Amino acid sequence: MTSMLPSALRLPPALHRHRGLIILAALIAVLPLALRNDYHYDVVINAGLNAIVVVGLNLLIGYAGQISLGHAAFFGLGAYVSAILTTTYGWPALGAMATGIVVVGIVAYVIARPILRLKGHYLAMATLGIGVIISIVLNTEAQVTGGPDGMSAAPFTVLGYTFASEQSWYWLVGGALLLTVWLSTNLIDSPIGRALRALHGAEIGARVVGIDTTRYKVLIFVISAMFASFAGSLFAHHTPTVTPSILGFIKSVEFVVMAVFGGMASVMGSVVGAFIMTLLPNVLAAFEDFEPIILGGIMMGTMIFMPKGLVPTIAKKLRRKEAP
Amino acid sequence: MIESMIQFILAGLTSGAIYALVGLGFSIIYNASHVINFAQGEFIVIGGMSTVALLAAGVPLPLAIVLATLVTMLVGLALARFAIQPAKDADVVALIIITIGASIFLRGVVQLVFGKDIHSLPAFSGETPLNLMGATLMPQSLWVMGISSALIVVIAWFFNATLAGKAMLATAYNALAARLMGVDTKWVLLSAFALSALLGAVGGIVVTPITFVSYESGIMLGLKGFSAAVLGGLGNGVGAVAGGLILGIVEAMSAGYLSSAYKDAIAFIIILVVLVVRPNGLFGKKGIDRV
Repeated sequence: MTSMLPSALRLPPALHRHRGLIILAALIAVLPLALRNDYHYDVVINAGLNAIVVVGLNLLIGYAGQISLGHAAFFGLGAYVSAILTTTYGWPALGAMATGIVVVGIVAYVIARPILRLKGHYLAMATLGIGVIISIVLNTEAQVTGGPDGMSAAPFTVLGYTFASEQSWYWLVGGALLLTVWLSTNLIDSPIGRALRALHGAEIGARVVGIDTTRYKVLIFVISAMFASFAGSLFAHHTPTVTPSILGFIKSVEFVVMAVFGGMASVMGSVVGAFIMTLLPNVLAAFEDFEPIILGGIMMGTMIFMPKGLVPTIAKKLRRKEAP
Repeated sequence: MIESMIQFILAGLTSGAIYALVGLGFSIIYNASHVINFAQGEFIVIGGMSTVALLAAGVPLPLAIVLATLVTMLVGLALARFAIQPAKDADVVALIIITIGASIFLRGVVQLVFGKDIHSLPAFSGETPLNLMGATLMPQSLWVMGISSALIVVIAWFFNATLAGKAMLATAYNALAARLMGVDTKWVLLSAFALSALLGAVGGIVVTPITFVSYESGIMLGLKGFSAAVLGGLGNGVGAVAGGLILGIVEAMSAGYLSSAYKDAIAFIIILVVLVVRPNGLFGKKGIDRV
């Protein structure tokens, strides 16, 4: 990333560490100039919410080297907790959101310990299974969740201010995304982050030098699930209805694709991946019939031709060009 | 009481036979390349859909079945050649994404070529139910179970008694050693995909008169086949068949006795329990990690 800034723009060390965050904040600040109507805002808001999930998921995939094919379930669980508590029980939005994050954290913790002993394809199968189970439960328990028709959450009100316009939601989600990126960057630079990278490189090696690998894997799984729940709660308040389709297998796959397409182990890559993959179906809406073909083609093409993902591949090219 | 029990077992064996075929397909490809082919479910759809289309075009059923199977095998070969071989050294996550991408791609093609409608085929030998100890059995279920068993026997014979089959097994065991002994491992990858496509296509064709087929029906069937393979221990052919049958029967039983809404959930709960107790599946060997 360093090389993406001309040397005259090099920042003091304290800011330098957060250069990605600063670039992102600047982009969020100027993006509304390009947004013409509520539909544009809606697409970008959803891209931002996806980005929050993907930044968290990428901590798990990119840094801990563990795959989850069930992350949409945590997103959906957060959304449903918010919808049920604010609508059925009249809770305040922030209280419902916090409860959702805690509940999802606990659920993730309980399933993480036995599951994360599994490796590779077995782990993929287990996370996929959990996602399917949670999705079936929410689909079936119609008296609580509204079943396949779904349910809606109360408006998002904080300290008497209700987020109603798309513009207000834009700034809310933009702020939430910056918070997520800031938390993730700090986590990666902490001793936990270093332990995670060691774990990805060689798990046995990490264990031999005294890293409690299971503890770190569980920790990062729980954190990434909580990020997903956070985004899910916001989504519930923004969308007209929360339906079980938001937590299906396909949605989980979409999250993984965003992380991998943007770039594994890259926070900025996650954001870029989420934006491109959210915008793409809207851009392709004119060729509706070809959408799955193009989407599938992009997935295969990225993995074959740039397996490290978009942002790391471009960053590497730029760096090479700049080097004397 | 006993009648309904037999009824559920028969239903379970019918769907279990299909899960077994799909699971076996997963295992064959996994052995040849350590790839989990999430596009396995699409082979079922392509087999079923092509047969429907050929039949509608006036081709007699037996010929339509053969042609549809060949079409599916070509798709399998193309998938191996253009999506898997170029990414041979990618890691597990990348290969999972590639095959999921392939499944979305193929689903898109099927939807474009055959449309979004649900199709069916006429039952091969009539719709008159047979009576078996008070339970009813559709003749098509016999076709499903019979053809699946026959295929499984042929596959077992192929791997244990033919040179080509042994070469594939040798590659699964140790690819480098196999290559040094003159086995063309590229050929092994292609044959594995063709063979899995054949299993999927035939499974899809025989089951279409019972379950119908649409461009979307591959998703769940693919996941169930994957579950069967994992349940039995990845790469273990006998395990995949056993896993498929167990999965089918458990599902039918839970749909009958507990709740039909939760039958899919119960199947996955059982898999989770098995994985927690035996992380390498029911019949899998314990893996060893190297630094």
